[in-house]
Amino acid sequence: MVLESLWTVKELFVYPNEYIYWAIQIVMYPFMTGLVAGAFVLSSLYHLFGIKPLKEIARFALVFSFALLMVAPLPLLMHLGQPQRSLYVGLTPHFTSAIAAFGVVLFVYGSVVAAELWFLFRKHLVEVSIELKSKTNKSLTETIRYAVHTILTLGAMDVSDAGLKLDAKAIKVLAGVGVPIACFLHGYAGFIFGSVKANALWMTPLMPVIFIMSAIVSGVALCMLIYIIIMRMKKFIASRKNDSAALSTVKEMNSEEISTVQTSVKYLIFFMIFSISLELLDLVFRGYTAVKSWDILRNVIYGTDFVNIFLLQYFMGNLVPLILLLLPGLKIRRLIPALLLVLFGVFMMRWNVVIGGQSFSLTFSGYMDYQLPIIPNGLETFKEGLGGALLIAALPFIFFWILNKVFPVLQTKGPD
Amino acid sequence: MHVLRPLFVVLALAAIILIARSILIPSDFGIHERGYTYGWYRQSNIEEWKNFTVQYQGREFCAACHTQQAQKLTSSKHKNIECENCHGPALSHPADPAKLDLDRSRELCLRCHANLSYPNSQRSQIKGINPDQHNPGLECVLCHNPHEASKPH
Amino acid sequence: MNRRDFIKLTIKGTAALALFKGLDGIFRPSDVLAWTSLRRFVFLVDTYKCIGCGFCVKACKLENEIPFDAGVSRTWVERYIVNGEGEVFADTPKEARYGFTTGRIDLGRGKFKDIPAEEIKKAYFVPKLCNQCEKPSCVQVCPVGATYQNADGVVLVDRKWCIGCGYCIMACPYGMRFFHPVHRVADKCNFCYHRINQGLRPACVQACPTGARLIGNIKDPADPVEKIIRTQQVAVHKPEYGTNPQVYYIGLGEEVR
Repeated sequence: MVLESLWTVKELFVYPNEYIYWAIQIVMYPFMTGLVAGAFVLSSLYHLFGIKPLKEIARFALVFSFALLMVAPLPLLMHLGQPQRSLYVGLTPHFTSAIAAFGVVLFVYGSVVAAELWFLFRKHLVEVSIELKSKTNKSLTETIRYAVHTILTLGAMDVSDAGLKLDAKAIKVLAGVGVPIACFLHGYAGFIFGSVKANALWMTPLMPVIFIMSAIVSGVALCMLIYIIIMRMKKFIASRKNDSAALSTVKEMNSEEISTVQTSVKYLIFFMIFSISLELLDLVFRGYTAVKSWDILRNVIYGTDFVNIFLLQYFMGNLVPLILLLLPGLKIRRLIPALLLVLFGVFMMRWNVVIGGQSFSLTFSGYMDYQLPIIPNGLETFKEGLGGALLIAALPFIFFWILNKVFPVLQTKGPD
Repeated sequence: MHVLRPLFVVLALAAIILIARSILIPSDFGIHERGYTYGWYRQSNIEEWKNFTVQYQGREFCAACHTQQAQKLTSSKHKNIECENCHGPALSHPADPAKLDLDRSRELCLRCHANLSYPNSQRSQIKGINPDQHNPGLECVLCHNPHEASKPH
Repeated sequence: MNRRDFIKLTIKGTAALALFKGLDGIFRPSDVLAWTSLRRFVFLVDTYKCIGCGFCVKACKLENEIPFDAGVSRTWVERYIVNGEGEVFADTPKEARYGFTTGRIDLGRGKFKDIPAEEIKKAYFVPKLCNQCEKPSCVQVCPVGATYQNADGVVLVDRKWCIGCGYCIMACPYGMRFFHPVHRVADKCNFCYHRINQGLRPACVQACPTGARLIGNIKDPADPVEKIIRTQQVAVHKPEYGTNPQVYYIGLGEEVR
């Protein structure tokens, strides 16, 4: 009868109303917004700070950030008891609640990314529009393509050097403005947890900072991973063509790729170290000050959740990839598993915060075990089960594929 | 200057959202007595809660018709127990429901009379039995009358 | 003025007007002026008197249409047993909807504990319900204004506005809130506001055979509950969270979680 009892097992003394109310979708949501913020920061490292080796990955990261942003509200819609009322957050926002910031932040951040994308791809939109305008017998797809591209130009057809220079300036401004907004987008998610004084594990001022740092780690890692995969695909296609011109582009891609990856790895390592330091600081502080909640937290951290925290998150998700990245002679063969482990580590961090915070009772004398529904036996156990999580994980790639049709990152080189 | 075009699009969207809000927000939604932090709500919800159905009527309601039973109970050791605790909520009985859902089970009596010698609670002063030893499985009302609350006849 | 400039001006003007109209809905100065009410409901629990019969839980569930067999309740009763070594055992079997009919403590995962009567040094029952805090952290975190505190101090949930995010449930230090299994919105004890508003007592107060539960008005000097709270050594649960709870206890031992 109580839905949450399907995946909650209580032990010892737990208040009757305590269940794991915030389940897998509330783990997915900060993971997704973290990727959004991280991808944007990566993109801004080039567009704002002009770090040249990151040029190619920067456009890609921006489009992917937008694709991720489109997916970000979905875990929440799957979690809400009344998803059809989700717009009430925009109608009667109660800004004393961190969640109310969601509507405003989503709108502002979405506008910034959309605007930056527009400036980045305006030349391409204009070129496609002009090309298709002159074509007399357009097929249905071509008509749609023409309409979409023309509308998106917003009538700004000036692609002279002067016009493109303005675009470049606007991109820089937006990248600059966007970084603090991206930090706020994910920082507020950290604040949602960190400000809950009722939860002994969540309550810490470090939470928003930890969330932002690990968000950047995840965003950089994911963008690097997808970038490498795309470059591999391009190389495969070029080598198939088997002519000297194609081979020279393969060589070109090699040197570009190495330079991009090397610089990205440096930033990844920097943010990883920052993120791990903050988390360890939090843990050490708790153990040292040993307030009332420490007894039960210690049992959870070093007992029931030991594998999740120390084995999966800190060891497999942080230490091992750090070693893999720091060892000399870094090759793609070592990089891909390292990036996958990093992403896994960030996911486990979200899991250990959300689920970990509900693994002990408010009584400090009882425990709750979370059993993720694997096989759904209805809509609810799908939405808050493995199926729902996998759906959320897959959607950004689908949205990215659609966005790539209008904002291509896999073919052209940009004007910047 | 085409640079401001995206800004216009955003402002237009914002305008649409703000206009939609002024239509969709309930007119009685606002900051009420306890301020924005604790008093941000839809005023008409208070009336909705005030009109929630009352189910338990209290023993005066029962005594108005069932005077004999009520008097018996008041002069017994069970005088502090509400009729509806065992008979269920009266609602608008006898109109609806015509008959109340009486709980005759052994478990109901054990709520108080399963002997628990807890030193800090009045529970230890209630005459009780060991449910595993005293006629296990049988309904208490087979021998005891709850309105008289005395030893079996 | 050419056509382009006219269109630009119109758009800017409309946007500005829309902005003002939209913001007007949020800040209405007249509503901010608070007025003090003559009623502030408070609750008194006497753990010495509570016999653990659980009639309060039954009455609450039936009065407030919470499914009886669901593992949630607006109120419940806890049992605390302390032995000679100071070991504390606590439980609340099925939130005490059937009361306490056995001395066995349910430890979960199919394990039980029997404590022989001679080992029990201290044992009592503690009814729990929403504290209708003066500074409710649950209200602070509601993103849409679906939960709020009215002038009488009662914290209510607007069933038609709650989006079911569960933030309020997370924010309550006392674990009082839950998702209503049928309505799929947040729910909690509201001192039976529909009853106390008409001068009736909450269902749990009425059902209690020993007078362990009492409701009162702290602003009424003639109220017997007000007198007890003001003159006797009463305590509140978990004051360290700063929520300023308004359910007062007589006999709240230090082992109460």
